[in-house]
Amino acid sequence: MNRTVLDLWVGFFVALGVAALIFLALKVGNLSSARLSETYVLHAKFDNIGGLKVRGPVKSAGVVVGRISEIRLDPATYEAVVTMNVDGRFQFPKDTFASIYTAGLLGEQYVGLDVGGDEKVLKSGDTIAKTQSAVVLEKMISQFLFSKAADGQDKK
Amino acid sequence: MPNLLSVIRRLGHAVVERIWRLGFAARFFIAILKYSGASFRRLPLTLREIYFSGVLSLLIILVSGLFVGMVLGLQGFETLQRFGSTEALGIMVALSLTRELGPVVAGLLFASRAGTSVTAEIGLMKATEQLKAMDMMAVNPIARVVAPRFWGGVFAMPLLAAMFSAMGVLGGWLIGVVFIGVDDGAFWSQMQAGVDWRYDIWNGVVKSFVFGIAVSLIAVFEGYDSVPTAEGVSRAITRTVVTSALTILALDFVLTSFMFRGTS
Repeated sequence: MNRTVLDLWVGFFVALGVAALIFLALKVGNLSSARLSETYVLHAKFDNIGGLKVRGPVKSAGVVVGRISEIRLDPATYEAVVTMNVDGRFQFPKDTFASIYTAGLLGEQYVGLDVGGDEKVLKSGDTIAKTQSAVVLEKMISQFLFSKAADGQDKK
Repeated sequence: MPNLLSVIRRLGHAVVERIWRLGFAARFFIAILKYSGASFRRLPLTLREIYFSGVLSLLIILVSGLFVGMVLGLQGFETLQRFGSTEALGIMVALSLTRELGPVVAGLLFASRAGTSVTAEIGLMKATEQLKAMDMMAVNPIARVVAPRFWGGVFAMPLLAAMFSAMGVLGGWLIGVVFIGVDDGAFWSQMQAGVDWRYDIWNGVVKSFVFGIAVSLIAVFEGYDSVPTAEGVSRAITRTVVTSALTILALDFVLTSFMFRGTS
């Protein structure tokens, strides 16, 4: 008769464990990769990807619409080819503009899709033609300094 | 040079002894898998072991999880404060718990709470010749005694690790949000944005499952292989804790380098 009490405790234990797993899945993680089950693939070529990482977000108007699945270097053109998995619910026009932005000053980098006006939409496996590379802070500062120096010489 | 020779001989003996035990452990593992049918057909046997190694470890796991999470909350806040990004406290606590601390610390606690008692039980059964008696009665001791304890541990360990992580996140929340005053919404939303179900949580579960197999195997093997004396059993228990701890930490490094390589 001890056995029924034991079953109760084991059931309680298993229920607690499953509850902890569900808590971790729903409250700690957000099951986002499961929601992106219907995806299609887009490519984009950039001159410089800065600090972009695999599994980084792809955003349109600030909303996450996909994840970066692969980054590699094109051996012929020496451009970085970024492969993205985009949520199948969203179709983007052919002339969509892909740029690399930084979230905040120290935040992670992501691919932003700025939608164009073309009536044809990008299909799975298409390459986004118009891209803008990541802003490299050092380049920007040196440009700023050189232009300042040039201004100073003009005034003399 | 008789002295040097004897040193080398003893060293060689120790190495051969270790390899011998390793081979025996591997064969023992196969035997457990082979005879584990009975532990599923006679489920009450396994349920009893889940009760002993799982339910009775609940208190230590839950309390330790809470305290580890609270320490993470305090220390994480101290460090993140310097960079003015205390909102990232949630993701820091959640990632360190689900990826590493949850499975590893729960595994270490499990080895010292449940593994030792399994080793002691089987070792004493061997010392009092209960295992031999079973063999005489045509009851396979591996099927009747060892396999249920092994499967009980394997089943209980991932659940305990998940509870540890969940309690840790709650502990971090308690310190970070309730006591220090980090913004509640930012705490959870940063965590949910940064923690991936497949990548972080599921890999943690896989880790704890592997640790469960390792710790349970070590515990039952050390008990079964113990010298059947009072001293032998006590040494076997010590070896269970030491070997389990080393195995968990080494396996954790191997699994981490496989799972979390190259990204972020």
